[in-house]
Amino acid sequence: MKVSLFITCLVDQFFPQIGISTMKILRKLGVEVEFDSRQTCCGQPAFNTGYVEEARQVARHFLEVYGDSDHIVVPSGSCSTMIKVFFPKLFAEDSSQRSLAEEIGRRTFELSEFLSSVLGVETTGARFPEVVTYHDSCHLLRELGISSQPRQLIRAVEEIDFREMEHCDRCCGFGGAFSVKFPDISTAMGADKVGWIQGSGARYVIASDVGCLMHLRGLLERNRVPVQTMHLAELLAKFED
Amino acid sequence: MVVKISANVQSALADETLQGNLRRAFVDTLHSRNEAVSEVPNWEELRDYARDVKAHTLSRLPEYLQSLEEKVLEQGGKVIWAETGQEAVQFIVDLSHRREIREVVKGKSMLSEEIHLNESLERAQIKPVETDLGEYVIQLAGEKPSHLVAPALHKSRKQIADLFVQELGMAPTGDVLEITATARKLLRRHFLTARMGITGVNFAVAETGTIVIVENEGNVGLSVAVPEIHIALMGIEKVIPRSRDLAVFLKLLIRSATGQKITSYVNCLSGPRRSDELDGPQEFYLILIDNGRTKILADDFMRESLSCIRCGACLNVCPVYQTIGGHAYGSTYQGPLGAMLTPLLTSVSEAPEHAFASSLCGACHEVCPVKIPIPQILLKLRERFQSERNQKAASFSLEKLVMQVWARVMCAPSLYARLGRWARIVDKVCGKRGMGRLPVPPFSRWMKHRDLPALPPQSFRELYSKEVS
Ligand code: SF4
Repeated sequence: MKVSLFITCLVDQFFPQIGISTMKILRKLGVEVEFDSRQTCCGQPAFNTGYVEEARQVARHFLEVYGDSDHIVVPSGSCSTMIKVFFPKLFAEDSSQRSLAEEIGRRTFELSEFLSSVLGVETTGARFPEVVTYHDSCHLLRELGISSQPRQLIRAVEEIDFREMEHCDRCCGFGGAFSVKFPDISTAMGADKVGWIQGSGARYVIASDVGCLMHLRGLLERNRVPVQTMHLAELLAKFED
Repeated sequence: MVVKISANVQSALADETLQGNLRRAFVDTLHSRNEAVSEVPNWEELRDYARDVKAHTLSRLPEYLQSLEEKVLEQGGKVIWAETGQEAVQFIVDLSHRREIREVVKGKSMLSEEIHLNESLERAQIKPVETDLGEYVIQLAGEKPSHLVAPALHKSRKQIADLFVQELGMAPTGDVLEITATARKLLRRHFLTARMGITGVNFAVAETGTIVIVENEGNVGLSVAVPEIHIALMGIEKVIPRSRDLAVFLKLLIRSATGQKITSYVNCLSGPRRSDELDGPQEFYLILIDNGRTKILADDFMRESLSCIRCGACLNVCPVYQTIGGHAYGSTYQGPLGAMLTPLLTSVSEAPEHAFASSLCGACHEVCPVKIPIPQILLKLRERFQSERNQKAASFSLEKLVMQVWARVMCAPSLYARLGRWARIVDKVCGKRGMGRLPVPPFSRWMKHRDLPALPPQSFRELYSKEVS
């Protein structure tokens, strides 16, 4: 099987390790991985702030790049949502672009969904002897309905101690542009989340969205809380090469 | 008038009593709501049904309103059509003056807040007395409701007791029953003397002309039965076609709002007192208020927002509302509902921040009993806000320029890659805190309470191309 990665701009520029981990997992499972360097961003920053025309330009570029690919795998819930749910809405008035967007949307999968539901993988063979908890990213959970897949994969990690936190599905406060338009509300929401993470006793908080992780990590570091953030892909890639 | 949420955030966050109250309220109310909903096996079906009924009704609103009017007239009531809040207020003031009424008792009505009825009555020398306990507290304190179901949610029991001691001369007590008894005793007098009662409406049934008002305190029952005149204020979107649908709507409303199975009272009112009846008003007026609603009705994308049954569930579940409370919104309606409705009822330029004050987490859509896609509507409002702002020729928007440049870059992969390399150099030059040190937004705003990770030495694409070669 061949997969086209959409690595997302944040992972590309800030957290390349997540991309490397994604690739490592897929290759281990015998998937042929391809990275088209024409890819950039899904357009969310513009779309979420109401700059629809700008978002459309970026979405069009995405559709061009991924026009012929088979499976597109994305290590991000919100970027997958952008492609699967919002691209077709962006092109509501352009039927040919819309059907292309829908078509590409059907071939696009968030990483945990791809592993569990498409490949039918139960474990990646990772081992991680630590206490971890999982934060549900909003779009992944509420737009794509993905909550059991990442949990199953986490539970299957050897020697892991997985503990659910209270209010695991409450927004962490990132919200894209919201995080800088309303920094005080955003970080107050984040502080609640940090409290629940600590309450679980976990030393690592796992999530499938870099936005949430960057925001949470920023808060954890600023407040010197001894908890680390980790992307699901990084956790699942903790196996011997 | 332009309302800005950002101006109120700091004080809301610093108010410890408010923070404590919000926390308690959200844990308790959400818990009861979730329990009550889990008892209804076909909850999802009911939501779909209610949404469809609302959509159908809104698509034929004039017809249903006309039929409602006919039925109310048949029952001996009167119907007043008010295009603006001002018209509704004027009617009430004029009628009170003609009848020499100096005091009115009021049941809880968000619509009366929306049209600023109390202020206008007071200016016209008519004393409005709020009779819902929460509203009564708010009125005593000279404040505005901070939640559409629990107007005094921002106040603690202690604050209310203190207020009663100060304003009503109650002997100091922490006993809720005593506090309630004090209000009850005082309100009873007003019920007996006031000659006009004003209430809101939860549902109005077009086929029968029945007005339905739910409540827990019995104050609505008294407000509509004792005074000579009952005036019901109703937004035109509150009509439903048939009484058989009430069962569904009441179930959805009450379980979502308070987590009860049914409220203590469900008042079903059909016109003024008949000759063979012992109580009820001699005159009944139904004021149908538009106040911006037909504008929303004509807007295909936004129409669904009129399906709202004002249950307040979206407020209770909203992490933003839970964080800043209702007053910070600076508008009659708050939380996700207010974020959506305020710019719709006024304009995006008068409420420029409402649609942006949301992380778009979608929790509101998930609980809304009539499935209003609030996040989608907020996104659309954001779009309208930007296009309106950018249409004004004189206004230069740096944000717009940044977005345009950003979009160009994102469509030009090699430029994007080059800028990434430059950013990493800048980040390194900046030292320990990296680009976070730059004293400009968005960095400064991000850095206010959190750190920014340093950029890695190489991007993914660089690592990948190295690996491939
Ligand atoms: S928008 Fe939905 S959840 Fe919010 S108050 Fe209205 S009906 Fe209730």
